[in-house]
Amino acid sequence: MPEDRSRDGPAAKGALTSGDVLLRLGAIGAAMLLAAVAFAYVGGWLSPGRLTQDRMAAALQEANGIHPGFRLNHAKGLCASGWFDSNGQASALSKAAVFEPGRMPLVGRFSLAGGMPFQTDAPGTVRALALRLTPRGAEEWRIAALNIPVFIVNSAQGFYDQTVASAPDPATGKPDPARMKAFLAAHPEAVKAFALIKDRPISTGFANSTFNGLNAFRFVSAAGASVPIRWSLVPAQAFVAESTAQSAPTDTNYLFSGLIAQVTEHPLQWRLLVTVGQPGDPTDDATLPWPSDRTQIDAGTVTIDQVSSEATGTCTDINYDPLVLPSGIESSDDPILSARSAVYARSFTLRAGEQREKPPSAITPQDVPARGRL
Amino acid sequence: MTGQQARFSAPSRVIHWLMAVMILAMLCIGVGMAASVSERYKVLVSIHKPLGIAILILVVIRFVNRRINPPPALPDSLTPVLRMAAIASHVLLYVLMFITPLVGWGMLSAARYPIILYGPLHLPPILPHDLALYALLRELHTCLAYGFFALILVHFGAALFHGLIRRDGVLASMASWRRTQTSGDIPR
Repeated sequence: MPEDRSRDGPAAKGALTSGDVLLRLGAIGAAMLLAAVAFAYVGGWLSPGRLTQDRMAAALQEANGIHPGFRLNHAKGLCASGWFDSNGQASALSKAAVFEPGRMPLVGRFSLAGGMPFQTDAPGTVRALALRLTPRGAEEWRIAALNIPVFIVNSAQGFYDQTVASAPDPATGKPDPARMKAFLAAHPEAVKAFALIKDRPISTGFANSTFNGLNAFRFVSAAGASVPIRWSLVPAQAFVAESTAQSAPTDTNYLFSGLIAQVTEHPLQWRLLVTVGQPGDPTDDATLPWPSDRTQIDAGTVTIDQVSSEATGTCTDINYDPLVLPSGIESSDDPILSARSAVYARSFTLRAGEQREKPPSAITPQDVPARGRL
Repeated sequence: MTGQQARFSAPSRVIHWLMAVMILAMLCIGVGMAASVSERYKVLVSIHKPLGIAILILVVIRFVNRRINPPPALPDSLTPVLRMAAIASHVLLYVLMFITPLVGWGMLSAARYPIILYGPLHLPPILPHDLALYALLRELHTCLAYGFFALILVHFGAALFHGLIRRDGVLASMASWRRTQTSGDIPR
């Protein structure tokens, strides 16, 4: 048998020629380059067409302008605080601590859709309520809900396309109708969703708006049973339809001013209604409503007793990431949830680094009268 | 010393290769999720956090193991410059293995994201809720990760350099799985 030449150790082998050395150096260089290229591919640097967090953030800034320190979307907002009284009725479906009977504090945020922090309040602008529920010594739940019945698109690409299509044309300052038309042609789900959204009853303000979670989640019981759910925050404040007189106000912040005035008078309440889906109900497409006869469970009551400017409120430091879920509530197969979580994280990181450059929010501390406290 | 380079102990080799796979996976998951808005994002995030903590625990075990099973001496044939480079790069690798996950834990703490390992199993925050601190650590986490990958590339290239060009037994001291190294045991 020939001597094993593969053994290491200088004694075991002959000297390399300079040609051998060059060849081997080349091989080492090629191996290192291959590893670097693989890493760059995973990081998206070699795929200019891939929809990444950076591209989504850039599209939002293109559409809304650059506003340092503000959220990329839902930039105009007001902090709120209060509590959630869980009545225990949802605990059969979900083992999450938030559904055990009892009271837990919450930090919320009312906002308007869009990345313009100083936009004028308007009736048709989508309103939102985000909440962070923190049961003592247990896992928190963060939620964000809108006053529309369905979401506009059913994919991250759809959201990107819509954002790009609604960006103002530099020439006119308004969205280009041709681009919007192209977007709707490419996204038939958005055409149907826009029709449902247009038909929604619009109330006089935040306080009497119903906020819907839109995306499906899954509740998991202590026994391990998993059911698809959607949830809504239904106001205790009576619905009053928005009137044209109200929608031609002199106050550019009339929705927020109205909310501040109401909370100053008395706490506002919403019931947390959980709709339980049936097999076949779409969980991966938030543009499709579920049939109206689905079982609804009243899980408890959200009470908001204080609001404050973003300058003084604690909501400013919170990312209302819809995937911050306690065990007992799980993400569904809706791709929008992952996209929201990813883009919110990017937005949060951007604005965290811009806090010093942030101008005062539209609603300043002077706009919020201090409530008498005991 | 003339011929054979002593090998790393079996526990040292096991932990080196285990962590090599974990850290490479971790770096790829990290850059992949930071660029993703797809459904992959939530899956990658849910792996990234517990894997990072596992690496943090393993590097502590590794450090203790290094005390118990010291690495073999570098070959005498190494020039002082290469010797310094070898020592410095290994110190830096240890620092990065420890600091990168710790900064990750810290930045999640400063942002008040829950640090979920699995299901209801959480880690407590280790820093106050502070956006400016979060922004700083988030940036640092990225820089450390890129630096870490670059250093691993250099480490990989250096290992191949030892194995293919210097042929001084340094690569085999970690990469060889043969039962023994002594020539007397090689069947003829």
